[in-house]
Amino acid sequence: MQIKVNINGHDYEREIEDHWTLLRFLRESVGLTGTKEGCGAGECGACTVFLNGKVINSCMAFAAEADGSVIETIEGEANGSELSPIQAAFLRQSGVQCGFCTGGMVMSVKGLLATNPKPSVEEIKSAIEGNFCRCTGYQQIIEAVLDATGQLTPANKGDIQYV
Amino acid sequence: MFDEVSPTPMKSVGVSHPRVEAIGKLTGDALYTGDLEMAGLLYAKVKTSPHARAKILRIDTSKAEALPGVHAVLTGRELDYRLGLYVVDKDILAKDEVRHFGEGVAAVAAETVDIAAEAVKLIDVEYEVEAPILDPIEAIKPGAGLIHPDLGSYSFVEAAFSPQPGTNIANITKIRKGDVEAGFAEAEWVIEREYTNPSVQHVPLETHVAIVQWKLGDEITIWTSAQSPFTVRALFCIAMRLPLNQVRVIVPHIGGGFGGKGGIHLEPLVACLSRKAGGRPVKLTATREEEFSLLPCRSALTYRIKTGVRADGKITAQQMSMYWDAGAYADYAVNVTRASSYSCAGPYEIPNAWLDAYTIYTNKPYGTAYRGFGHVEFFWGLERHMELVALAIGMDPLEFRLKNLLRPGSVTITGEKIHKNTGNPVKCLQEAAKAIGYGSLTPAEVEHEKVTGRKIGKGLAALHKAPAMPSFTATAAVVKMNSDGTVLLNIGLTEMGQGSATALAQIAAESLGFPMDQVKTAVEKDTDRDPYDWQTVASKGLILSGNAVVLACQDLLKQAYDVAAQVLRANPSDLDHDADGVFLKHNPDESVTFVAMSIGYAYPNGNGIGGPLIGVGRYTAQGLSSLDKETGQGLPALDWTYGAHGIIVDVDPDTGEFTILQISSAYDVGKAINPALVRGQAIGGMIQGLGTAICEGYIFDKSGRLLNPSFTDNKILTARDIPLRIDCMLVETPQLDGPYGARGVGEHPMISVAPALGNAIHQAVGAELMHMPIRFEDVWRAIRLHEPIDNWITDSPVGSCRSRLESTGPSIGDFCPSEPEPEHEPAKT
Repeated sequence: MQIKVNINGHDYEREIEDHWTLLRFLRESVGLTGTKEGCGAGECGACTVFLNGKVINSCMAFAAEADGSVIETIEGEANGSELSPIQAAFLRQSGVQCGFCTGGMVMSVKGLLATNPKPSVEEIKSAIEGNFCRCTGYQQIIEAVLDATGQLTPANKGDIQYV
Repeated sequence: MFDEVSPTPMKSVGVSHPRVEAIGKLTGDALYTGDLEMAGLLYAKVKTSPHARAKILRIDTSKAEALPGVHAVLTGRELDYRLGLYVVDKDILAKDEVRHFGEGVAAVAAETVDIAAEAVKLIDVEYEVEAPILDPIEAIKPGAGLIHPDLGSYSFVEAAFSPQPGTNIANITKIRKGDVEAGFAEAEWVIEREYTNPSVQHVPLETHVAIVQWKLGDEITIWTSAQSPFTVRALFCIAMRLPLNQVRVIVPHIGGGFGGKGGIHLEPLVACLSRKAGGRPVKLTATREEEFSLLPCRSALTYRIKTGVRADGKITAQQMSMYWDAGAYADYAVNVTRASSYSCAGPYEIPNAWLDAYTIYTNKPYGTAYRGFGHVEFFWGLERHMELVALAIGMDPLEFRLKNLLRPGSVTITGEKIHKNTGNPVKCLQEAAKAIGYGSLTPAEVEHEKVTGRKIGKGLAALHKAPAMPSFTATAAVVKMNSDGTVLLNIGLTEMGQGSATALAQIAAESLGFPMDQVKTAVEKDTDRDPYDWQTVASKGLILSGNAVVLACQDLLKQAYDVAAQVLRANPSDLDHDADGVFLKHNPDESVTFVAMSIGYAYPNGNGIGGPLIGVGRYTAQGLSSLDKETGQGLPALDWTYGAHGIIVDVDPDTGEFTILQISSAYDVGKAINPALVRGQAIGGMIQGLGTAICEGYIFDKSGRLLNPSFTDNKILTARDIPLRIDCMLVETPQLDGPYGARGVGEHPMISVAPALGNAIHQAVGAELMHMPIRFEDVWRAIRLHEPIDNWITDSPVGSCRSRLESTGPSIGDFCPSEPEPEHEPAKT
């Protein structure tokens, strides 16, 4: 079947197979491989994107369902050659290790900040609960979100202690 | 290397420079193997066994071959190659029998992944199902069925391993130090216990992926998510009987490895599919479910420890047995056994020690390397045991540990003498204890107990680990100057999230005296272009590759100085340099820029001298020796990294539910090259360790089928599960042969998290936990002195009690009976 979507501000018209997930469409038909598959079962969040302003796991949606939709992926996050404030905070606070969860993680954080510009640590944890990260232990990601929202203070900024 | 440190403050080392490859990962631009597409690419799928042990009577592939779009179908009988890191025991696809649930029996390459999946369904396999051998203790009893009847014909690394033909034992490692009988005779107390943990999955977010193109003329390119490209190339060429220069291995970005992507995995199968498909490139991406059973896991362990101790708390003797469940193939498990053996007593001085460690074949998914390389598993038992021994003799566990920790002058169980600069486990443990307020409750904590009805416990555990690697492990670095004076660093070590690309760039910048933005590390690896590195494993990258980088930078500078000496008509010893160029120390205005020398210096009249500035550094581990096979004596450790965790937990004494309130950990890293990256490794490891500690593990039914190969049934920790407070403390006792004094810390934060938690829960509510992971129900049962329930092999939620060691051959004495017994028995009065 044929679908029309707008992804990161660009219109695409593509022939797809009925059974394709939105994730597969983004990766294989459009070539946007920044969105990753970690489990294919809606558990890990590596495939998180925005569909019509709502954060979803793109492995759990059919591409056919997205016909006529507006989609945002990690590739649309930077402002031209500038990192977005969320990305820049992840860079500053070491919120990235292997990077495989990072795109989905940034999308979930963006979803949180869209409605809650000053989230508490508990609210941050809730928002990224569906995004598995096996490398960072989440702490530096949480600190990155605090940084992005101007809430990082010496008190909640974790650091190495030399003893 | 530490003695190379200049007396002036360092500019690049010790600084939290942002990760060099982070921007590509943040924007989605960084390409991982699964993101790669290429002309003519075919897609593969694997037919896997639903049985743990069965004879393959017949495989009918005719329907699959007839499906339009299918280019190649393979079964094991066509593939006359065998793989193995240390014991060459694994076929690319099962041939006459399957040895574990999830093992590959056939594979397809097709135009699309959908056609490949359809074709796999059309393959008909007829099995004769046999009773699986699932329990390693049963597997080594006389008369047990043999999982590898041909073990005696397999080749293996004879210097380090001892397979036992006619049994299911893939390796035995022995340690003998002093006289344990005499040590026990000297003891006032002898305490013996057994500790267990199940198999665990690594769970990198990126599953294993390989793309291979096997062109006519045997020119082969492999793109893979592997941690160690040179090992993939070496093992591939041995199995396929090909010269190394015909195989090129490319590793793009890696989405986490944790040891599960060490060694060689999907690459040979995909290569054979490509060859059969006429040289078309073929891609195989493991599903998450396949990641649990087609690909390997961490081995389960039963660790039995018998400790003799004097009334003053000094350990006199320790006798230990390890039963490692290798699963169906030896892979890294035999070396996990070896590496765990020489570390098995922890950072303690044991005057008389005896260990027999067995790697045992069973009909389960096979074990491989996993962050910590056996230490997460055996430290669960060891540090629970130290706690129980201390409590048994009525001594505070911290005091008991401090009394027995290694100190300068101590001798390890393999005969290595500890020096001041080996590291400081005492300081690590004391700092962890201090950070959690060990030994007492604050008024706020007393109030917390009152308000919640929960009991607070504070537990400690120490840790150590040395890299597990051949005694002569080598690596190299190449530093190439570009014509604008910037430099490119090539190393064979991969970047899978651990931060090596950044840390090594910092070491290069420091060694050259250049700012960081003048140095780039090539992140993607290519065995045709990068210098050799053994493997990206074992927390050895920082020391070995770091030293190679220092030497490569010195080599580049020497070349520049030689050219500058000619140009400036000076002796090289009169020269110095900054980021811009080389100058006379006594007359800095007389200088020649790096730009002018970078690709060969040209005099004003056009005469040229020198050439491109390319520094090469080679580094080999030095002074290490193989362990004696009968006594385990030798020098196996490049370096020891010590550490300790302190955990505060509150426990509901009625339900066994608990919350981890704080984890405070200290590591002696020698020198933190990049503190923020060290913190990232530390916290990431601590949380991965907590996953192992509280919820992760394989559950099998009695037919050997894996019941939880998914994130629904095999949870890992989410952001909501992390402790409320996480402290990361560093001790810096310089490693004298480490780059700028540094030693590795990639694996260590994961080690001993579980026993620190177990000890905290024990202190809170008296629960004698012997099995990891510690689930709420385990705490509830332990509080009530119920036996731990072994539902890790079960066909119902509640299985039978574990009581397995009673009649094994290599027994080390009386095993704890199944009912609770007093914690100690006087050996003499």
